Amino acid sequence: MIKRIFILLALVGLVLMFIPFLRDFDFHKELSKLSSQYVEGSINDLNTQNVVTSVIVTYRGLDTLGEVTVLFLTTAGVGFLLRKKKASLKTRRSSELLQTASQFLFVLIILTGIFIFTHGHLTPGGGFQGGVLITTAFLLLILADVNLKFNYSILHFVESFSGVFYVMIGLFGFLILGMNSFLDPTILPLGNYGKLLSAGAIPVIYSLIGLKVGSELTTIIDKMGGE
Amino acid sequence: MISIIIIVFGIIMIIAAFLAIHLKNLLSAIISAGVISLLASVIYLLLAAPDVAMTEAAIGSGLTTIIFIFTLKKIKKGDLDD
Repeated sequence: MIKRIFILLALVGLVLMFIPFLRDFDFHKELSKLSSQYVEGSINDLNTQNVVTSVIVTYRGLDTLGEVTVLFLTTAGVGFLLRKKKASLKTRRSSELLQTASQFLFVLIILTGIFIFTHGHLTPGGGFQGGVLITTAFLLLILADVNLKFNYSILHFVESFSGVFYVMIGLFGFLILGMNSFLDPTILPLGNYGKLLSAGAIPVIYSLIGLKVGSELTTIIDKMGGE
Repeated sequence: MISIIIIVFGIIMIIAAFLAIHLKNLLSAIISAGVISLLASVIYLLLAAPDVAMTEAAIGSGLTTIIFIFTLKKIKKGDLDD
C-alpha cells in the first residue's frame, strides 16, 4: 500500500516537473540563430541537400565519431561475453519457399541499404539507417538457416577498414586545411548541388559509417541468435 | 487532422506500454514494446522528421525486438538444461 502511494507521488512530481514546459510551449515561427546558421551553411558552404546529414557528419562530426566508437565497444563486449560454441544444432531444415525467398530478398534489401547510405546527403537517412537495413538482410538469412556460418575475416576486415578510413579522412582535414578542420568534408571537391558525387567527403564518410554499422550489428546478431 | 492522428497513436502507445509491463507472456510483452516504437516512427514521419523516423523504425521496432526475442530464446533454453 505504502509502495503504491510512493509511486503515485513520484508520478505527480513528474507531472509537476513537466508543467512549465507545457505552459511556455509555443511553435517557433522562425529558425533560431544557430539553426539558420546550420541551414545556410549546409546549402552554401557544403552543397548538401539534406541538412540533417550535414549536421551529423560535419558540424557534429566528433559526436558521430564517438557514437561509432560506442557501437564498436558494444560489439567487442558482446563478442567477448557470448563466445560461440562449436557444435552446430541438428534442426529441421526450413522450407524450400523460405530459403529461396530469403536469398532473393537478401539482394534487394542489401541494395536498398547501400542506396540509403550513399544518398545520405540527398535524401533522408544515412549511414546508421542503411547499416541497420543491411543487418536486417543478414538477419533474414539467419532466420532461414540457423546453422549459417558467416565469414568472420571478411566482416572484421570491412569493419576495421571503414573505421580506419573514417579517422584517416578526419586527419586529412588536419593535414590539408589546417588545425581547425578535423573531419572537414571540403577536402574533396564540392561538385554540383543535388548530384550523387557532391558535398565533398560527406557521402564517403557516411558510406564508411554505413559499412561499419552494418558489419558490427551483423556480428552482434550472429553472436546472439546464430546458435 | 494530423493532431487527431497523433493523439490516437499516443493513446495506443500508452496502452501498448501498459501491456508491455503487465502481460504475463513475455513474447507478447516484447511485441507490444515493438509496437510503441513503430507508432512513434509514424508520428515522427507525420511531424516531418523522416531521418528520425527511419532510425526509430529500423532500430527501435526491428532490431531491438529481434534481439529481445533471441535473448528470450536463450533464457528459455537455459531453463530446460537445468
